[in-house]
Amino acid sequence: MHNQILLGVVLILSTLFGLWFRKTRGQIKSGRRKLEIGAEEIGEKLGARLTLLQFSSAFCSACRTTKLLLNSMTKDIPDVKHIEIDTESRLELARKLNILSTPTTIILNSGGQEVGRAFGVPKREQVLNLLEVFEI
Amino acid sequence: MQLIDARAPRFSALLTTLILAAALITSSVLLLVFQLLVFAIGAFISPTKTPYALIYRTIIKPRLKGEIPTEDIKPPKFAQKVGFAFALVAFIGIVSGSKITFDIAVSLALAAAFLNAAFDFCLGCQIYFLLVRAFRN
Repeated sequence: MHNQILLGVVLILSTLFGLWFRKTRGQIKSGRRKLEIGAEEIGEKLGARLTLLQFSSAFCSACRTTKLLLNSMTKDIPDVKHIEIDTESRLELARKLNILSTPTTIILNSGGQEVGRAFGVPKREQVLNLLEVFEI
Repeated sequence: MQLIDARAPRFSALLTTLILAAALITSSVLLLVFQLLVFAIGAFISPTKTPYALIYRTIIKPRLKGEIPTEDIKPPKFAQKVGFAFALVAFIGIVSGSKITFDIAVSLALAAAFLNAAFDFCLGCQIYFLLVRAFRN
């Protein structure tokens, strides 16, 4: 009886967490942080209009999906750049940018200021919307 | 990079959830040892060589239609290692007479498997990342 209750508690807590995770992952939240990241910190030139800075790690199945999505969305747009960073080799940068899980995608404007970030695979419509908002 | 059918690890997580739930309710060492062996095969040989993967390949996959989603083998292999660690702690707990260790370790492994099966969330991968971020220079 005791362990049946324990099983129920585990399943209920996991379900609540899972529903929260499903609801929040992939949503691009507009940047409230006053962060500015330079090309020298990233190690690559920023995009002329936008940069999609993706933090990935080896044990992350959604990182590959995110990479494929962002690559396909940006490959024909010359002023929008997708940069993937191996978080484990850039821990200092990850701490500075408060990366708590992978994949995390930070959207930077041409000045290197954060305008949004998404945890998990970003939602395609939201990325498209952002590309339109920041159209020159 | 070795790519595998992304649906296979989730199916395996579903069977793992069922076995661990049964192990938790019955406090069965036999079920735990079985799951420990499955984890060991997945972690140290390959997630594609476990009995669950065999069931998926022979019974489930032929009935599925559409494009096969793929993923790198590394995340599911790591998840099996996390499961193995929890199951090993549970095993040590039960044989040394610590029922509470067994209950906690099986519950954590169960939560991880359930989150993977139902929500495609890898708890072990996120914990690993947070530990690396916190302690590695």
